[in-house]
Amino acid sequence: MHELSIAMSIVEMAEEESASRGNAQILAVHLRLGPLSGVVKEALLSSYEMACASTPLAGSQLLIEEVPVEVFCPRCKTRVRVSSIQWMACPECGTPTPEVLQGRELEVTALEMNE
Amino acid sequence: MSAAPRLLEVRKNVLKQNDVIAHALRERFRASRVFVVSLVSSPGSGKTAFLEKALTLLHARCRVAALVGDLATENDAARLARSLAPVKQITTGTVCHLEAAMIQNALADWDVSQLDFLFIENVGNLVCPSSYDLGESLRLVLISVTEGEDKPLKYPTIFNSADVAVITKMDLASAVEFDEPIARKNIQAVRPGMEILKVSAKTGDGMNEFLEFIETQRSRSRATSAV
Repeated sequence: MHELSIAMSIVEMAEEESASRGNAQILAVHLRLGPLSGVVKEALLSSYEMACASTPLAGSQLLIEEVPVEVFCPRCKTRVRVSSIQWMACPECGTPTPEVLQGRELEVTALEMNE
Repeated sequence: MSAAPRLLEVRKNVLKQNDVIAHALRERFRASRVFVVSLVSSPGSGKTAFLEKALTLLHARCRVAALVGDLATENDAARLARSLAPVKQITTGTVCHLEAAMIQNALADWDVSQLDFLFIENVGNLVCPSSYDLGESLRLVLISVTEGEDKPLKYPTIFNSADVAVITKMDLASAVEFDEPIARKNIQAVRPGMEILKVSAKTGDGMNEFLEFIETQRSRSRATSAV
């Protein structure tokens, strides 16, 4: 369960941004999360609440956009979305492929703030 | 009057701090010409027994050392020290994985340029270590024959983050009716093309193949990093 330390990094990052903008109040943090990041959405959401407590971000929301895993299919020569991370293959032709183009994301994309 | 909230784009990797340290470590390892192999697996899959065997065999022919992570106790470091290779324990307290900063701290007083191989044994955990780059050259994921052939399907993320799968405790394979083709199929499903090695630390079977494998990987990485 490493989501709490990840949530604390998110809060820290948002606090720094807020501080550099005259301590603007942060209402929400937008995050992109891929299944291959190794972070579980539900665990991160509850950890976020804990990490925010008694910080200027208390009461703010964590808005998670789940990013599907996309790979490059060497046979179809195109970008495809896998049906499951338990089967890393092209859903069209079944060719296995280790070439992950998307799905490892764990990134803060935007902050909603009151100024 | 309250202004409407403003949306500020930032685009920052949450694990940037770890990744920056991992990148610096990788540069240091490359400049020092040391090949760094990390091991991840569930608790009890035989990481320490496998590593003790590998260190013992390697210590006789080249310069090796190991860092070993656990929540508590120095037991694993004591076991690995029997190989006569330098070993340092990293106790993480309650942290369920190693982070790049812990490796950096553990290596603060080590001259890694005096090493050919450095092994890093992660905390036994198939979940959390997948998120953290440690600057290693090669990541091994271990799966023992006693764990069940579907481990890769249950923990696809860690298998996806690793470079090589090592099936351990092969001496017990027939006793537990380990279905090797199914295990291989499951590994390939979550990480197509993954190299799979089989070992028994107890009998020593497969250990020479493993050592040859990492020696080849090391020569390759030296060839590609040579200017």
